[in-house]
Parts: sequence; structure tokens; C-alpha cells
Amino acid sequence: MTVMTYREAARRALAEEMARDATVWALGEDLGRGGIFGQYADLTARFGPDRIVDTPISEAAIVGAAVGAAMMGTRPVVEMRIADFALCAIDELVNQAAKARYMFGGQARVPLVVREPIGVWPALAAQHSQSLEAWYTHIPGLVVVAPATPADARDLLKAAIRCDDPVVHLEHKMLWGLEDEVPDATNAAPDPAATLGRARIARPGDDLTVVTWSRLVHDSLAAAEILRAEGRSVEVIDLRTLWPWDQDTVLASVERTGRLLVVHEAVTVSGFGAEIAAVVSEALFGRLKAPVRRLGAPRAPVPYAPPLEEQVRLTAADVTAAARAMLG
Amino acid sequence: MTEPDAAPRRNVDTERLMGLLSEMARIRAFEETAVAALESGLYPGFIHPSIGQEAVPVGVCAHLTEADPLLSTHRGHGHTMAKGATPTGMMCELFGRASGVCGGKGGSMHIADFRVGMLGANGVVGANILIAAGAAHALKVKGETGRVVACFFGDGAINRGPFLEGLNWARTFDLPVLFVCEENGFAATTRTGVLTAGDGPAARAESLGIPSLTVDGNDIQAVDEAAAVLVGAIRRGEGPRFLLAHTYRLTGHTSMDAAGYRPEGEAEERWTRDPISRCAERLRQAGVAETAIAAVIRSAEEEIEAALETAKDAPWPAPEAAFTDVQDLGAPVPTRPGGLAR
Repeated sequence: MTVMTYREAARRALAEEMARDATVWALGEDLGRGGIFGQYADLTARFGPDRIVDTPISEAAIVGAAVGAAMMGTRPVVEMRIADFALCAIDELVNQAAKARYMFGGQARVPLVVREPIGVWPALAAQHSQSLEAWYTHIPGLVVVAPATPADARDLLKAAIRCDDPVVHLEHKMLWGLEDEVPDATNAAPDPAATLGRARIARPGDDLTVVTWSRLVHDSLAAAEILRAEGRSVEVIDLRTLWPWDQDTVLASVERTGRLLVVHEAVTVSGFGAEIAAVVSEALFGRLKAPVRRLGAPRAPVPYAPPLEEQVRLTAADVTAAARAMLG
Repeated sequence: MTEPDAAPRRNVDTERLMGLLSEMARIRAFEETAVAALESGLYPGFIHPSIGQEAVPVGVCAHLTEADPLLSTHRGHGHTMAKGATPTGMMCELFGRASGVCGGKGGSMHIADFRVGMLGANGVVGANILIAAGAAHALKVKGETGRVVACFFGDGAINRGPFLEGLNWARTFDLPVLFVCEENGFAATTRTGVLTAGDGPAARAESLGIPSLTVDGNDIQAVDEAAAVLVGAIRRGEGPRFLLAHTYRLTGHTSMDAAGYRPEGEAEERWTRDPISRCAERLRQAGVAETAIAAVIRSAEEEIEAALETAKDAPWPAPEAAFTDVQDLGAPVPTRPGGLAR
């Protein structure tokens, strides 16, 4: 067991995969200087500039080139710098990466990973703060991953790199510095099928199920702790992977607790919480003790000024209040 | 511009030229047959014919092997066949049959045959330029030298961002890509020139440091010779090259486009300068018998007729194929009540 940051866990995961497999390489802007969050620190010194590739500010080319390189038998790990910039490469991801295998009748595989730093970080404003995971879950062909802990920053990235599907790997900017214990060498060779698509019960409970991912796992755990002091038992499920998502774990939990609150940082409207809410409502309609509830951001861009940013950024207090209201 | 057909030509290698004529004739026969079959209602949708542009893929692919990846466009039948795909597999794909090169899941716009290095046509103009750059980048990552990636696109593509990003990328990383711009005069149904600033495709490539050659793309020998020079340089590790081939799209943008936006007589005049008749004329001048030329054309037509007959009778894909090859993880589950059968 080693204590390390989410950033360091992810950095080591990439380094281990590159050491294991010569076809794994990374490309993106400023990677030669370690990436803007330090998640590629020292990797150029170890692997050289032909495998940690500094690219022009050409997001479409970064993803488009990765598609071609993946079809040719390499495993590119693409860095998008900030998730919002990936919108410059949506054709390459949605029309090309996600569909090549299908439309060519199975002749192609596109085993690339697109790393997108998501979420609200202080004062980054409207074009550097979004969480657009729901867009990607809508696209057949893509796998969507959102680690919340250092252990998952490592294990899910390794599984994503080994996965033969194109993977959108969402890393929350507020989590880079998060420290936690990472088991030594466990899951050193994660099987993508056994790792991706599996949720984690981050905290067991009996009265209410909170399903969440990424940063809000931690706020939801804090809310559960506050509610424990009030005699309420809240189960927190860290979904970890949004497509495929672990319906069995979620349904089993809600069947037991009778209440579901889905929490995500993204805008509530058409967020992935809507999909979870619909599936659970369809499956468990007669056994719910309360209507399923979603907690997400208002449908507004992320503003700059701190007091305005507070209005759209969910906190543990928001999760606590929403859960308390459901528990009556 | 085009040179007079009667101009004397240096060193006509009639055997090679007959081979190139045969390849062009196969593509022409394939597309004319495919258009007729579509108009007869034998298969759905529409296609983008490259009738009149055959010399460009044939001249370029004469210098490629199956180990050299090729990325194509929505107007990609010529590239696909010149790269070595069989007309039967292609026609079955247009017909949406299980025996199509993509199992009937791609159709004309997504035709591909990875066995011969044809890594896909593309429904999005210019998108293949980035994929080609990446295919070449993979060769660099794997340390493979001597292979060439060929990337075809039309003049309309040079106004999309991927043209700039992809050419800059290929030059920056010194990648083995041959960019081939087939300047057929139209961006869909609009004259490319009226919407394009500057001095055109080759000038844009040169401005990024990519050496270029400009040829009469309806002159198969000119394309053949230019491709030899450019592919040779790329194989020697000299980085990307650019070929601008002036040609002319003798049909509309799609098989359903009557191209009424062209002045009367323009297409008729261009038909007199199409690459196949020019090639045949040059062979005649070089002393090849008319019967030999006719035999090549007839052989191509017979091959395509056979492909058409095979496609007509080929079985449809199983309904389950709609849900295969989407992805390994989280693959779709058919949800229509009562299962797959209609």
C-alpha cells in the first residue's frame, strides 16, 4: 500500500503500460514539459520524444492522427489538455474513432484512449470547466470512464489502454492533488472486461443509494458522513465507468434501499443521471419508496467570479440537502 | 492545363500503358455499372462517381504495394479498386450484401479493404487527411521505414481545417505521406475556385514546406511518372510529398445530381479529353492494334458484369449483424419487441 496522488497514480499507470507494451504512446500539447497538470512529468526523459509526443495545438489532428495510428496497430493515449478543447475534435472522435470498426465491417480496431480533464476548477470560467460525459455515453462505439480515486486513476487508465475499444477517459481537475492509498501491484494487469463497467460501493448504507462519479464521489461520501450523525444510512456508489455502466450493482442497491439520488457535476438536463434514473425507474417502479431524484448543475455556463461559480458548483452540502429531503 | 492529345510522347512503354488502361477501364466499368444498377433500383441510396478521374488513383497506386496504407474519400471506388480490392467484394458492398468487403455495413461511402491496405473511404470531407497522417505516424512509432501512406482528397477538402492540421502534422513529424489532391473543379456542386482564396492546393502545401508536383491528372503517363518521383522520395525517408492532379468530374456530385449548374457543352467537351480515351489514343499512336485496346476494355466490362451478377444474387447480412462490431464493452442489446425478425 502506497499513498500517492491521483496525478502520480495516473502517471505511473501510463509509464507501466508504456514499459510493458512498445505500441503504447502518448500525444498531446506540451507533454514534453510534463503536461499542464504534471501528469506526464519525466516521461519524455524515460521514453523519448517519439513516444511522448509534443503536438501542435491541433486538437482535430491529435485525435484524427490517433485514429489512423490506432488502426495501424498502435495504442495511442491522447491528451486533450482540457475536456472543452476536445470539442474541436468531435468529428474525429464521434464519426471516425467510434464508427470505424462498425462501418468497415469489423476490419478496423481503434484502441485509443482520449484523456480529458473535466470539471470546475476555480475561476477557469465557461470554456475550461465543462463535464460533457453524457455526450459520449450517447455515442455507440465509445467506452466512457471517470475515475474518482488514486487507485482508480491507475487501474482504470491501465484498463483503458488495454481496451480494444476507443475510450474517453475523464479525469477531474480538482482530483489531481488528491492523495489516497493505492494497493501495491494489485490489478497490475487489469483485464478491461473485468475492470471497466464495474461500479464500486464506496460506502455501504441502507436508507438511500447515491450514485455518482468523479469529484462528487467525495462530496457524496462527506454528505453520507453528515447524515450518519443524523441517524441516516446512505450507500454511495462510485460508478467509475459510465459506458458500460454497472446496472446490476445499482439496481441491487436501490432494490434494497428503495431510494435513488443520482449526483453529477454536469448540467442536470440530459445529463447521464437521466439515463440512470430512467433505467432504475423502469426496473424498480413498484419498489421505490420515493421518486428517483437527480442532482446536477443548473443549465448555465460556468461563470468566472467566485460568488457566481458557487451558484453552479455542487458541494457536499447540496448532496446532504438533497438526500435529507428524500429521506423525509 | 491539358496538353493536346496528339502531342508526341516520350518513350511510350506500351505494355505498362496497356496495364494502366486496363485498370482505368475496370474502374470506369465498375462505376458505370454501379450507377446503372442504382438507377434500376437494384440497391438503395446514392453513390459519388469518379468517372473521368480514373487516371489519378491508377497512376498513383501503380507505385504502391499492399503494405502501403491508403485513405480515401466519399468518391473512393477508384482508389479502392486501384489499391487491389475485388470488384465483386465492392459491388456486393454497394448492394449491402453480407459478402461485401464491409459485410454490407459501410456501403459506397465507407468502403474499405484492409487486406489490400485500403483503410477506408470517408463520409466527411478532409477527415481522412488526419487519419492518413496518423497511419504514417504509427509507422514512425513502430520504427518501420520504406512504407508510404497515400491520402486522396478533392479540391473541396483544402478549405477544411484538417487540410492545414494534417499537412502541418506530416511535415512537422516528417511522416511518409503522399497527399494527392484530385482537383476536379467542384466542391460538391459549387465551383471550388469561387470559394478558395490564394493560389490553390499546391501553393498551400508548398507554404508548409511540402514539395509538390502538379500534373495533368487526365494524362495517365504524367500521373504515373509524377507518382514515381514522389513515392520514391517518400520511401527514401524524405518526408511528405504533395501531388496536385488537375482532372474533371464528368458526372454530378452524386449519381442523383444532373449537374445542371455546369454550362451547356462543358461536360461534353471534357468527355473528349477523358483519361481513358486519351490513353487509348496514345496507344494507337504507339502502334498498338485497335483490337488489342478493345479487348482490354471488353475484358474489364466482362469482369464487372460478372461482379454485378454475383451481387444481385448475394445473400443479405443476418439481422444480428446490425449489432456486431459496435464495441467489445457495452455492446448493444437488441430491444425490438419480439426480437430481431421483422
